[in-house]
This record gives sequence, structure tokens and C-alpha cells, in this order.
Amino acid sequence: MRGWRWKREARLAGWLGVLALFILLLPVPAHGTLRTLHLDLDARQFEFTPPRFEVAQGDEVVIRLSASDVVHGFYLDDYGIERRVVPGVVEEIRFTADRAGKFRFRCSVSCGPMHPFMIGELVVTPNLPFFKAAGFVVLALGLLLAHRWRHLSAALSPQAEPVQGDR
Amino acid sequence: MTVARYDLLRRALWLGRVLRSRLLQPALMLVTLVVFTLAIVTGLFGTPAGSRNFGIVFVWIVWWALLIVVLVPLFGRVWCMMCPIPAPGEWLQRRAIVRRNPGRPRTLRKRWPRRLKNMWLQNIGFLGVALFSGVILTRPSVSAVVLLAFPLIALGLSLLYENRVFCRYVCPVGGFIGLYAMMAPLELRTRDCSTCRLHRTKDCVAGNAQGYGCPWMVYPGNLDRNTYCGMCMECFKTCPKDNITLNLRPFGADLFVSKSHRLDEAYKAFIMLGCALLYSAVFLGPWGWLKSWASLESLPNWLLYAAGLLAIVLALIPGLFRLCAALSDRLAGHRAGSRFVTYAYTLVPLGLAAWIAFSLGFVFVNGSYALSVISDPFGWGWNLFGTAHMPWTPFAPQLLSFLQVGVLTGGLLFAASMTVRFAGDGMVDARRALVAGLPVIAFQLVMTLAFLWLYLG
Ligand code: SF4
Ligand code: SF4
Ligand SMILES: [Cu+2]
Repeated sequence: MRGWRWKREARLAGWLGVLALFILLLPVPAHGTLRTLHLDLDARQFEFTPPRFEVAQGDEVVIRLSASDVVHGFYLDDYGIERRVVPGVVEEIRFTADRAGKFRFRCSVSCGPMHPFMIGELVVTPNLPFFKAAGFVVLALGLLLAHRWRHLSAALSPQAEPVQGDR
Repeated sequence: MTVARYDLLRRALWLGRVLRSRLLQPALMLVTLVVFTLAIVTGLFGTPAGSRNFGIVFVWIVWWALLIVVLVPLFGRVWCMMCPIPAPGEWLQRRAIVRRNPGRPRTLRKRWPRRLKNMWLQNIGFLGVALFSGVILTRPSVSAVVLLAFPLIALGLSLLYENRVFCRYVCPVGGFIGLYAMMAPLELRTRDCSTCRLHRTKDCVAGNAQGYGCPWMVYPGNLDRNTYCGMCMECFKTCPKDNITLNLRPFGADLFVSKSHRLDEAYKAFIMLGCALLYSAVFLGPWGWLKSWASLESLPNWLLYAAGLLAIVLALIPGLFRLCAALSDRLAGHRAGSRFVTYAYTLVPLGLAAWIAFSLGFVFVNGSYALSVISDPFGWGWNLFGTAHMPWTPFAPQLLSFLQVGVLTGGLLFAASMTVRFAGDGMVDARRALVAGLPVIAFQLVMTLAFLWLYLG
């Protein structure tokens, strides 16, 4: 029995792998608008204002970063941008949002107890990584249920002959 | 349902020797006790900046990640073998550390109340810590006081009650370790239960010259889940029939032992899943007001936060789940009682996956603090190993979301296939069983998507 069942589960895992690869490699047309976006971002214990903002992929983003209480920092995941900001001195951060997805920016200068959790979110739309992930989860679940639908009926119903050796 | 098992000790005889050694547990405990003491001392006397304090960084980043990402999912309760918290109490009770002291343990020999022989105290304890986590995780002195309270409570209980009453019924960490240890592919079991039945003296329970009777008040001969065996390895030493072993087995095998399904454990599953969701929102989300409420900056706001947390974890999530389970029962035509409690065990893989995803999100980013803190544990400007000035460097953020999606998907698929199996239990028509499972599976999917949205959306 066991060998047979394992083979079945392995096949399912194989299909899941194919699905993951397919979704991962799904080509999506990149579009290059040439917008320049200006944004004021304020850092204070222990939040950024605005806490979350969206730009379109390809946008040129100009952030005017200020600190309103103590020294803070700005570290943008994946973009490798880091800046220190002193109260009273506005920092200008300029980059092209060439990668889509949600990127957290974090305070990078120890500023008090909740410092490690001082986080904001930059969403570069369309947020394909999220949609792909959600799609993958739903399809993977569908695949699992379809697989069970095909195989379990035979194993459980008494009318059907017990599948060879599956006891 | 029997599953494939592989007896690890058949070939690896050296492993058996190690596990039978009386030195093993005290040696491990001594190491963790040193680190634990250092965490308390640095917490009390070191810098108040959490990310520069050994106590905060080593307990809430290094230990936590090790526990929930590696130890529990792969080795079950193995942490409990080396945990320093019960050590002082246990050693005092035995009046011995390494050797087997032949006398009876010194305690007042009170009886633990029957009504408390379950996980409810651990549920309450975990919620208590969770409510204050915004403070405990960020303020070294508070963290140290909490850490110090644990062994003191354990010590107090060990004066009153024999054995590891603290671990088994009180420790807030022990509760979820026990719950999630059911997922581990490693188990301590007897080789042959008929040997146990025929063995009159039951040395594993009574103890003998080689070791103590099971300190976790478990009878190894009946062991069919990892939940309450603390892997202390005493039964390896006491069993004269060489009947105890470690097995490799499929992930999550214990979850199907349905005769053991209980409401207190089901609630542990709800609490853990709910807290993973809330922690992800509070600590990894962008909402500053939520963080300030959680960190007790003003009492009224914190009370609101506490009420909200308790309502979500104890009422909303179990309530919604109950609704889905009732729908599943209706679809399946189960008449003999609700399967609510049984279905709740499908939240074990889901919750563990969520905790792993959350912890990765935290550890990848802040793990580098460990390097600087090890050179300057108090934050006093020391530089013991030359790493004190290592800058904060988040590790591989690109990799993180892939791991999170993978782990969450794995948890969901495991939960869904458990659901199909539970629904089909006692049913003739398997396709109908699958359909009946759908409401519960829908709940699992919605939870998974919620985590996904918090992390990537
Ligand atoms: S001592 Fe060994 S053989 Fe005897 S009851 Fe315990 S586990 Fe079974
Ligand atoms: S069953 Fe054995 S290893 Fe587990 S707690 Fe009891 S004595 Fe220790
Ligand atoms: Cu800051």
C-alpha cells in the first residue's frame, strides 16, 4: 500500500512544483511610465507618516524625508537605500521604482523601545508578487482537492473494489 | 491508521548510549542556564535599548527563532529536555543534579487539582504574556523580570508538588510547544506495547536505580502523541527491556489520534493562530497607532487593545470556525455530535506555518543584532569578539517572501487534507466527505490569504 500511496502524493507534489514554477515565470508586460512622484514622509517614534503609499512601477520617486522628534533612519527593503535623518534637516531620497511588490521601509537608527518595529510600506503597483502568491495558494489548494476527489472516492466507497493492496 | 516509522536507534547505537547517559540532560541544562542567567542579568543591568541588549536579542530573536522555526517543527519537545526554567526546582526536589538520588523527591506532596490537569492555565498564561508582548519584547528590564518569574514559579511549584507540574500544566511556552510538537517528524515511543503491558514493575513510571520515574507524569507505554512527553530521556535509562526508542515518522502523525482531541488543546490552536495574525499586524504592519496601543503608552488605549485581542482570539476566530465546522457537520450529515474540536486540530499545521512565516519575517531582518550584542551584551561599549560595531544588516529580503509563501502554502495544504480525512471518518461516500470539508477548508484559505496580505499585500 505504502509505496503506491507515496507515489500518488509525490505526483501531487510534482504538479505543485510545476504550478509554482509556471506562476513564478509567468511573463508580465512591464510598463514604463515616466512619472515623477514627490512625497513627504515624516518619521517619528515609532511610525512613518504616511505609513503606506503606492507608486506605479517605473515611477521616479522623490521622497522628502523629515524627522519630527529624534534621529531616525530609512532603510528600504530590496532597493538597498539607506538614509539617516536628523530633526530639522530634510533629506531627499530619489530612486526609480523598477521592481513591483510591497517593500517595507524601516527605521535604521535605534530610536527607542519600539524601534525594531518602526515600519512603513511602499507598494509598487501592480503588486504582482502578492497576486501571484495568492493565485498560487488558491490553485495549489484546488489541485490538492481535485487530487483527493479523484483518488479518495475509490478508497472509501464499499461498492468499489478496494484498490489493489490499499488496506 | 498506522503510518510508516523508522526506529532511529536500530543502527545508531551511539545515540542510545548518549540518551542513556545521566550527564546528557544536566549538561544541556547547564549551558542554557548560563545563557538564561546572562539574559536576565543583562536585561536588568544593561542598556534599556532592546536591540543593543543581549537579553532581548538572544531570547526574543535567537531563541525564539530557533524554537519555532527549527526545534519544534523538526524535533518536537526537544527544547524541554534542555530548558533551564525548571532546572533549579527539579534539582532541589531531587537533591541531585546528575546522579540518581535514591530517596523520594523532597516536596510537600500536595495533589495537583484535577480541574487544572489540562492546558487551560497554559492558555491563560500565554495570553497574559501576549497582551504585554509590546512591552516585554522591547524593554529589557521588563523582559528580565518575566524571565526571572518563570523559574521562580517553577521552583515554588516544585516545593509543593512532585514532578514537573510547572512544565506540564503551567508553563505558557510549554503549552504551544506541546501542541505544535505533534507536527514533528520525530517521536519518542515504545518499540512494542505488549512488552510494556506484561512488565509488572513499570520502572518507567516508578523509577529505579538507573533513573527517575517519568517526571512528566506520562506512562510511556501508552504514549501515542508528543504533546506531553518532555523528552527528558529518563525512561531510556529506567526501561530494563530496552523498549524505548526514537522514531522518524511522517509530519503531523499525532494529529490523527482523535481519541485524544480535547477542547483545551483546540483553544490552544485558536489562540496561537489568532496571536500569529495579530502579532503580524502589530509588529510587522505599518500601523503606528497599533504599536503604541500595544506598548502600553497609555492605559485606556492598551485596555482597548487587550479587549480587542482577547475578543478576536477567544471569540471571533473560534466563533467563525465553529460556524464553518457546523456547516461541515450539516453537509456530512454527522449526527453524533459536532466535530468542531476535531476540526480545530487542522489549525495546528496552519498555525505553526503562520508562526514560522512571522518569525522568519522578523529574524531575517533583525538577526544581525545577535552579532553585535554578543560582543557587547550589556550595551556598555564592550567589544569582546570584535563584532560590537557590526551594522544592522537585514538578511536576504528577496528570499523572505518566497519562504513565507512556501511555508504558508504547506500549512494550508496539510490542514486541508487533514480536514478531508476528518470529514470522511465514518462516512461511506468519500466525495461527499470532501464536499463536507469545504466550509472548514474555506476558513483555512481565508486565514492563509489574510497572512499573505499582511506579508505581501
Ligand atoms: S519500563 Fe519499559 S518495558 Fe516496562 S513498562 Fe516501562 S517502557 Fe514498558
Ligand atoms: S515519557 Fe520518557 S522522555 Fe518523555 S517525559 Fe516521560 S520519562 Fe521523559
Ligand atoms: Cu526610528
